[in-house]
Amino acid sequence: MSVDFSRYKNDFPILKRKVRGGNTLIYLDSGATSQKPEIVIEAEANFYRTKNAAVHRGAHLVAEEASEVYEGARENVARFIGAKSDEVIFTKSATESLNLIAYSLGNPESKFHLNSGDEIVVSEMEHHANLIPWQQLAKRVGAKLTWFKITDEGRLDLSDIDKLINKKTKIVAITHQSNVLGTIVPLAQITKAAHAVGAVVVLDACQSVPHFAVDVKKLEVDFLAFSGHKVLGPTGIGVLWGKAELLDQLEPGLFGGSMVDSVSMQGATWAKAPRKFEAGVPNMAQAVGLSAAVDYISEIGMDKVAQHEHDLTKQLISGLQNISGVQVIGPVDMKDRGGVVSFTVDGVHPHDVGQYLDQFGIAVRTGHHCAWPLMRRLNLVGTTRASFHLYNDESEVKVLLNTVSKIKDYFKVSK
Amino acid sequence: MELDSLYQEVILDHYRSPHHKGLSADKDIQVHHNNPSCGDEITLNLIMDGMLVKDISWDGVGCSISMASASVMSDLLIAKRYEEATKILGAFIELMQSKGQSQGDEVMLEDGVAFAGVSKFPARIKCALLGWMAFKDAATQVIK
Repeated sequence: MSVDFSRYKNDFPILKRKVRGGNTLIYLDSGATSQKPEIVIEAEANFYRTKNAAVHRGAHLVAEEASEVYEGARENVARFIGAKSDEVIFTKSATESLNLIAYSLGNPESKFHLNSGDEIVVSEMEHHANLIPWQQLAKRVGAKLTWFKITDEGRLDLSDIDKLINKKTKIVAITHQSNVLGTIVPLAQITKAAHAVGAVVVLDACQSVPHFAVDVKKLEVDFLAFSGHKVLGPTGIGVLWGKAELLDQLEPGLFGGSMVDSVSMQGATWAKAPRKFEAGVPNMAQAVGLSAAVDYISEIGMDKVAQHEHDLTKQLISGLQNISGVQVIGPVDMKDRGGVVSFTVDGVHPHDVGQYLDQFGIAVRTGHHCAWPLMRRLNLVGTTRASFHLYNDESEVKVLLNTVSKIKDYFKVSK
Repeated sequence: MELDSLYQEVILDHYRSPHHKGLSADKDIQVHHNNPSCGDEITLNLIMDGMLVKDISWDGVGCSISMASASVMSDLLIAKRYEEATKILGAFIELMQSKGQSQGDEVMLEDGVAFAGVSKFPARIKCALLGWMAFKDAATQVIK
């Protein structure tokens, strides 16, 4: 059943502003960061107005209230992804989440950790944030990094999964949905293979959690990371979710206040998860803002958001396919495909495509999208990427298509 | 529209038919510069004859602004004394930093003044400077 999404647009103050050329902003860059509804901006500001105090310390009322809303945010975010509250660690970003887990898994003090000769599996379509931490971990411990290739269509190539995921494999770190191609990966096959050899699966859910219903219990992954700012929440807040029994076995990556059980001059012991992974005063207002964001989006319904983005994606892909000299980069089949659409325009560099669209108020991302190895694999210098969220609509897709169709003329590219 | 101040005809001409593109067989030095935020890349060969810029050739991938600018830079700096080339480089950098307030010295910068509009688009200034910075790097290494 289709839902009228037009009423939600008004909730996002920035979408009313004028940009270049006197145009109203058409924001098609939610894959990079989403816009924020007023209710999130208010929640963050109100924390500072009424509850600002360092959580988990202080004997005063405001500190108690701050702790209550901060832990309330944790419970709420946990519920949003089907997790237990103690399994949700707040970080500053998804990048930090992935680095933290890579660091902890490389710490020989962790009960579950990597040794020299172990293998880490990633894929060719990873964002740098889910690639470089694993490259670095492999280098630190002398492990080997291997990867899934992609097919020409932009799907994950699972043909060598049995070879890739073997007895030496300790970690499989994979994106849920490519931030360039929109491909949603076939997780079930991967988790099954990984668990059969005793490896853990780390899921980069930056492009999935904000756009469709994700339940960690159903996914059967072991760790999952996403950023608050892509799910209509503030910047400066990210989530690392991990299975409780695994978090218990891991050493923290950051040390300091708040994360300890006991400290002497000689050493320290750690609090239980999630506290042991949250050293220092956390980003409290941002956690509260994220909580408001997941409330907001849950009330609309993740399935409806997903359907809405699916419709827009379908409209965009079929429209782009009808413009001569324009190539969609990534699957054109809507099965297991999210609301991120990369494309190229023959003879016009992506940066110039983006600049042209900007003149008409259309904000897109251009370049390698922090997935340089994928660009090399695709033999491209970059792409132009339009990505959706719930505030986008059909008329914006039409404006985009109409504007894209004029680019080649503007740059006087023949064909 | 505002965009036309960025994409001057001169720029698009240089983009479509760049000058001095294609690396020379001989060189005193070769440098490779890139712009990690957008992926633009340039490789530049420089041949100096004492303090004279004898030849510049380059190859690269990038947007119209970066490629056209490399083309214009080569045109301008080949056969100039190093001192003169440095002055022109300085004038071009100044133009890029002018935030749309300068038209540029046409006598000194010739086709380079077409890039005046770039200075109004902060994200594109690095594109326009890519080839010039490669030259600066190469020349400094040969001269020292």
